[in-house]
Amino acid sequence: MFNYTIRRLALAVPTLLFISLIIFLVVTLAPSDPTANLPLSIPSEVRQQIREALGLGEPVHIRYLLWLEQFFWNEPRHLLEEAFGWNLGAGDEPRILSWQTRSPVVDLILERLPQTLWVVGSAYVVGVLIALPIGIISAYRQYSWFDQLGTFISMIGFSVPTFFTGVLLIVIFSVKLGWFPSIYDTTHKVTDFSSFMFQVRQMVMPVSVLALYNAAQISRFMRASMLDNLNQDYVRTARAKGLTERVVVLIHVLRNSLIPVVTVIALGVPTVFGGAIITEQVFKVNGLGQLLIIAIQGGDVPTVQTLTFIFAVLIVLFNLIADILYGILDPRIRYD
Amino acid sequence: MNIRHLLLGAAASLALAPAAFAERGADGHVSIIYWQAPSILNPFLSGGTKDIEAASLVIEPLARYDQDGNMVPWLAEEIPTVENGGVASDLTSITWKLKPGLVWSDGSPVTAEDVKFTADYCMNEEMGCAQGSKFQGVKSVEVVDELTVKVTFEGPKPFPYGPFVGAQSPIIQKAQFENCTGAKAPSCTDANFGPIGTGPFRVTEFRPNDVIQMEANPNYRDPNKPAFATLTFKGGGDAAAAGRAVLETGEFDYAWNLQLAPDVLANMEAAGKGKVVAGFGTLVERIMVNLTDPSPNLPEGERSTRKHPHPFLSDPQVREALSLAIDRQLLTEIGYGQAGRPTCNVLPAPAIYASDVNDSCLVQDIERAKKILEADGWVDTNGDGVRERDGVELRILYQTSTNAVRQDFQALIKQWWAEIGVATELRNIDASVFFGGDPGSPDTFQKFYADVEMYANNFDGTDPEAYMANWRCDKIASPETQWQGENVPRFCNAAYDALTDAMARTASIEKRAELAKMMNDILMQNHIMIPLVDRGRVSAHSNTLGGVVLNTWDSELWNAADWYRIK
Amino acid sequence: MTDTMPSNAELEAIRPPRSQWWDVWDQFKTHKGALLGAGFFVLVILAVVAGPFLWHIDPTYIDIRARNQGPSLAHPFGTDQLGRDTFARMLAGGRVSVAVGVTAMLLSLVLGTAVGVLAGYFKRLDGPLMRLTDLFLALPLLPLLLVIIMLFRDTLRAAFGPEGGIFILIVFVIGITSWMQTARIVRGDVLALKEREFVLAARSIGTPPRRMIRRHILPNVLSPIMVSATLGIANAIITESALSFLGLGFPSDFPTWGRLLFDATDYLQQYPERVLWPGLAISLTVLSVNYIGDGLRDALDPRIRGR
Repeated sequence: MFNYTIRRLALAVPTLLFISLIIFLVVTLAPSDPTANLPLSIPSEVRQQIREALGLGEPVHIRYLLWLEQFFWNEPRHLLEEAFGWNLGAGDEPRILSWQTRSPVVDLILERLPQTLWVVGSAYVVGVLIALPIGIISAYRQYSWFDQLGTFISMIGFSVPTFFTGVLLIVIFSVKLGWFPSIYDTTHKVTDFSSFMFQVRQMVMPVSVLALYNAAQISRFMRASMLDNLNQDYVRTARAKGLTERVVVLIHVLRNSLIPVVTVIALGVPTVFGGAIITEQVFKVNGLGQLLIIAIQGGDVPTVQTLTFIFAVLIVLFNLIADILYGILDPRIRYD
Repeated sequence: MNIRHLLLGAAASLALAPAAFAERGADGHVSIIYWQAPSILNPFLSGGTKDIEAASLVIEPLARYDQDGNMVPWLAEEIPTVENGGVASDLTSITWKLKPGLVWSDGSPVTAEDVKFTADYCMNEEMGCAQGSKFQGVKSVEVVDELTVKVTFEGPKPFPYGPFVGAQSPIIQKAQFENCTGAKAPSCTDANFGPIGTGPFRVTEFRPNDVIQMEANPNYRDPNKPAFATLTFKGGGDAAAAGRAVLETGEFDYAWNLQLAPDVLANMEAAGKGKVVAGFGTLVERIMVNLTDPSPNLPEGERSTRKHPHPFLSDPQVREALSLAIDRQLLTEIGYGQAGRPTCNVLPAPAIYASDVNDSCLVQDIERAKKILEADGWVDTNGDGVRERDGVELRILYQTSTNAVRQDFQALIKQWWAEIGVATELRNIDASVFFGGDPGSPDTFQKFYADVEMYANNFDGTDPEAYMANWRCDKIASPETQWQGENVPRFCNAAYDALTDAMARTASIEKRAELAKMMNDILMQNHIMIPLVDRGRVSAHSNTLGGVVLNTWDSELWNAADWYRIK
Repeated sequence: MTDTMPSNAELEAIRPPRSQWWDVWDQFKTHKGALLGAGFFVLVILAVVAGPFLWHIDPTYIDIRARNQGPSLAHPFGTDQLGRDTFARMLAGGRVSVAVGVTAMLLSLVLGTAVGVLAGYFKRLDGPLMRLTDLFLALPLLPLLLVIIMLFRDTLRAAFGPEGGIFILIVFVIGITSWMQTARIVRGDVLALKEREFVLAARSIGTPPRRMIRRHILPNVLSPIMVSATLGIANAIITESALSFLGLGFPSDFPTWGRLLFDATDYLQQYPERVLWPGLAISLTVLSVNYIGDGLRDALDPRIRGR
């Protein structure tokens, strides 16, 4: 397993380089334009000058190599300098600048990470935590009222899009009842209990919308996989041996049912860092998802490229983690 | 509550502008929401309206426009004119005088050097200044003395109020931006995110594309203003959410540009927490007619160029019929409510420039449209509901950007055109593509690979000279110009070009108005474009926010210094 | 049910031998939820296919005087902000949404299962196929869509007409961007299955890979595939509505359920019934597919079938 991990990690480098090239080509080929959001009163000569100042006059391969240099050489040095106060000579080296804000993309990402992790991250954790027991109970008591209700709610949760559930919650809880703020305050700092309560109040709605959506999906896979295993011969054997029902279900069946669930959860973790575009928009959380969507709309190639690439790194990483977990969950799986 | 406060309260209930009596910062906190989030506070690096308006709280121009479109001196003592000697009699230069005693928010004095620096900053070609057109034709900017600056133009400039006027062209501090010129401009993140200004507020925290925190400028020129000590400027979301936050939940005090269906807005206002305010500028929603053939069967490079006239839209009768079939009154009612007026002009304002000879289009006349088509030989011979002539059928591809109101307009107009025997296929395109200038994309509004397209356009300030020059022959978007160019209908008329030349030489405002009206009438009577709605700006403020004067000619936040809390 | 059992057995005795699919159908019939789901799904299909022939109002016809009306005899579901009949729009929209949902789901399922099974079963293919999956997971969706529109819309429009071309494009786009999760899940399950005793046994008697996959692997990964199918259909219906905002979807006056839901969200407070219809239609369709999937899975599982 160790060899396998090392081999996969080594393979990840060329894979990621290739992915970064494809992403770059897609983002560059896309017909959005950095001057598209400017008022039409700005004439086309000025627009052309703006594009040239952004470096759009350079050929594509030069722009790609430039990005590679900035991302893999300049940015890490800048981060280290900032973190430890070392001098690595990166002071004047160009960093990856967003075309919209003209500020370093990495700083933008770091600034937005907290609210994304708070909201999207906790929604994911909450989603997983409610999905697993619901999936297990639904499978164990298949076709009981609990299972039927769980099925119904998770289908609604998955098939009604967040742009609707978000607005619905705002109308009920912010407009009619006035319990929760409809606009997330990203500058809020938790210092004491009352400010913590405020943070909780402003997180309730976006977290529940996202958690419902995540839980719906994961609980379905959990249930299906449990059902597959509950009828296996080994379960009968375990019961015949006189093991308690709790041990049979929660140790033997659960462990063997986790493979698809681990896959789904591992696929979901990178999307946490990608933010939740629609939910963030609806509640004005302004995290990484909102950063990505306005960068796409604004034709901001460096931001889209950098964000997507970080996203790709996480995908590769978490899929590797999932593969390793398979081996732990089921020792018969061997990759060597 | 002491006696002074009681008196103040009494004054507030009597006087209209009690803020004049208040102390700076006495009214606490004010919060503003823009559903587009500002990316940067340097208008020279980003021309986006959201960025310009957010920056207008901090940095100010020499003169700006008031709510009626009149120019008012802001950092300047007075508006220079030929009469007061500020503008040279040969119209080649203008001399601005700063108000004495102005200081930046860091306490240093504002001088003519700063004004000159601002011009040099934007005119540096390596920078790609977003407001470059404001400085077009400027030969040099010289410092005459501490407070006087002289702008010299390359030739006579009948309208010399481009540089330093309006929210698009504010003065920045030389000391702060000195090392940020040319190609280095984008790298000065701190300066671009927190410019030092003369405005009522200064930035304490800027989170790009998210939120700005500001506080009252301690060195603001009026010691009693602004009434608010702190200000939050939140961005992001959509217009409905912004409207809800002000009108229904009361979380915010001011919401910008609420482009919502009139009944949705009215319902929000009925919640009673705030008021909707509307004002009109020069923004006209219009349908552009393609005078050239966009057929995909033509080779790339000849599609939508003047080489191939449009098979039926080059016929003025067809264009007239299309215009007549539209009920502008109804479009306005459904799409914009109190924030729109039906219009028959592409130049609807200011009042002296507005022509009134085209107003017959305000009444929908389907029968006449049919008659015109029939008289012109367009008849439906094969009974499929679509008229044709010489084998050419009246089938139109109608494109616009994605936007709920525009899609409603498309559906309505499609139905009216069907009534007169014109078939329409609708297409909507993401705004970032439609308004983007990517020459490789088939879907930009300049490339115009469709028969008609709809969008809105306007001009900064009150002078339409540059705007009317958009439809000159040399502004036609074509493959030779990489599809850059404002003349998207591909209209070319020597008489029209002559009028724009004449306007560039004429100084008298009455004569200029006459020329502009003539140009507008040429465009309208040839139905080169079909104006639909004169779109106003709709914003909302809470019932407790006083002093709001909606201004469509300049930044909406132009008078934030006068805002106060109604208690 | 127990008292009907003997008679069934008697019947079976005199009937000729039946194929496996009859057994599957018998088991499927006993699953109440599945029957109900299948019934509802057939009803939806009937309604959207035949409905427009029975309900004559044109879904794009604007009757401006009748706008924003509540449910009435003339307009059972009310009208929208332009006075278009919501019932007619639901029927017409359902046709597109169901067609797009089912085809795109099938495409993504076939792709995902194929990639997953191949990667899980053949060690040589695992690396390349999974790296391909990583690539597709990492691609930024919106710019990718914009590129696809730019490259293919006009060609497809010329070849299949405006509506046919766009239908193909949408199904292709949704299918090609949503198969990765299925692929990863199926592969994970196949990796584990491959080491099970029955697979080893089958392999040791020389079963060729193709039959191994068909007889032993595929039936055992059916349940996650069924879940993916249910989630996939919901995903496709919603994604279709998102696409039309990019200008990739059907023309703007062409109703679909996702679009109706999005348009109605702004009017949530004034006309709540307007969000109800598309919301319910999407949820119930997805729910019915879910129950069909449940029933099918049970029916195809030989261990349950005998019970």
